Amino acid sequence: MSVLPSQLAEIQEDFLALEQKDRLLLLLEFANDLPELPQEYQDHPDLLERVVECQSPVFIFVNLDAEGAFHLHATAPRESPTTRGFASILAQGLDGLSAQQVFAVPDDYPQSIGLSEAVSPLRLRGMSAMLGRAKRQLRERLA
Amino acid sequence: MSAPIDTTEKFAAYAHPSKLVSTEWLAEHRTDAGLVVVESDEDVLLYEVGHIPGSVKIDWHTDLNDKVNRDYIEGAAFAALMCSKGIARDSTVVIYGDKSNWWAAYALWVFTLFGHDDVRLLDGGRTKWLAEERELTTDVSPVTPTDYPETPRNDAPIRAFKSDVLAHFGNPLIDVRSDEEYSGARTTMPAYPEEGALRGGHIPTAASVPWARAAATDSTFKTRTELDDIYRGEAGLADGDNVIAYCRIGERSSHTWFVLTHLLGFDNVRNYDGSWTEWGNAVAVPIAVGTAPGAAPVPRR
Repeated sequence: MSVLPSQLAEIQEDFLALEQKDRLLLLLEFANDLPELPQEYQDHPDLLERVVECQSPVFIFVNLDAEGAFHLHATAPRESPTTRGFASILAQGLDGLSAQQVFAVPDDYPQSIGLSEAVSPLRLRGMSAMLGRAKRQLRERLA
Repeated sequence: MSAPIDTTEKFAAYAHPSKLVSTEWLAEHRTDAGLVVVESDEDVLLYEVGHIPGSVKIDWHTDLNDKVNRDYIEGAAFAALMCSKGIARDSTVVIYGDKSNWWAAYALWVFTLFGHDDVRLLDGGRTKWLAEERELTTDVSPVTPTDYPETPRNDAPIRAFKSDVLAHFGNPLIDVRSDEEYSGARTTMPAYPEEGALRGGHIPTAASVPWARAAATDSTFKTRTELDDIYRGEAGLADGDNVIAYCRIGERSSHTWFVLTHLLGFDNVRNYDGSWTEWGNAVAVPIAVGTAPGAAPVPRR
């Protein structure tokens, strides 16, 4: 059984410790914490990939830095807080991991953080799509 | 107790002017006794970002759908929901939401299934309220629970099932999905999650009128004249028609149902909420592909 990287495990514990209503508010905190795109990507929208499975326009870009640490960058409109929250969970949860650790993250992680009831399984699919696309982009970077 | 009717001139031309209120009207009346403002969005977190002061949130996924069956909640659950939102049977309910009131119209349609009499939409929805920089808050006002009566859901007048559609050929059908979905090039709307329909295309004979054509750029409904041109002119609907509208899961077609019923005055319009996610997966139902409506099938024996 693979061990969940500690950042992702902490996020999961934080959500599961809350009542359903408060899970939404935590998701909103994540939405508000989504970092701005680094300048280099703001100037190069062509580098960003649209996550078409999400209901709102969300774009992601992943890279490995000089130390081989993974980073996910995302941008989504302020009027799409749920999508921003999903992106922010992944950006924070995956940040600094090695490529191998990212590949080992279970594809059903989005279903494991207790949001199915508060957000609905259908909406959670957007987060699964983001994780899938992040892994695929990473494979392409390494190829 | 009903709130006064909004006498905005644009609304007077619609069949049921009492079903819409303007942002100006709501700003003036939102604290009236007997009036409850409801926000209903596609994005489940938008209400938490900021909402019209005093409004309550109703979410389609988590509040109005049955958790187990693919169906709406029953009378007891609806009564409990209304009670928890401070809505009485005689309350005036004004619903607003994101995306040109798409989900707000869906909520209004579900309220109608339970026969809630005075339920209205805010013309222009959340978008217009924000564009006019009107008041928003993140505070959730305390709700005084009501004793909303348990009322059975009455599907027949405004809800169509697959069997109804199969018996409907020869009467007008309106497909409100995107052109790509109608033709069968794709089974989900552009940029939306794949929801798993096995076949692409449309129900034979259905006219294609994407739902958003009824909305102006500021998210308000188009004028009576513009809507008549689209639905009576282009789509060929005539007074007295028995109409069924559908989309993918019944949300976009609720918007069209509202337009046909309350703005244009068709009194026999049903929303087929099974829509393409049922029809496109059903065995032995007829499907037309391409941009032409296609011919009605020969009835099965």
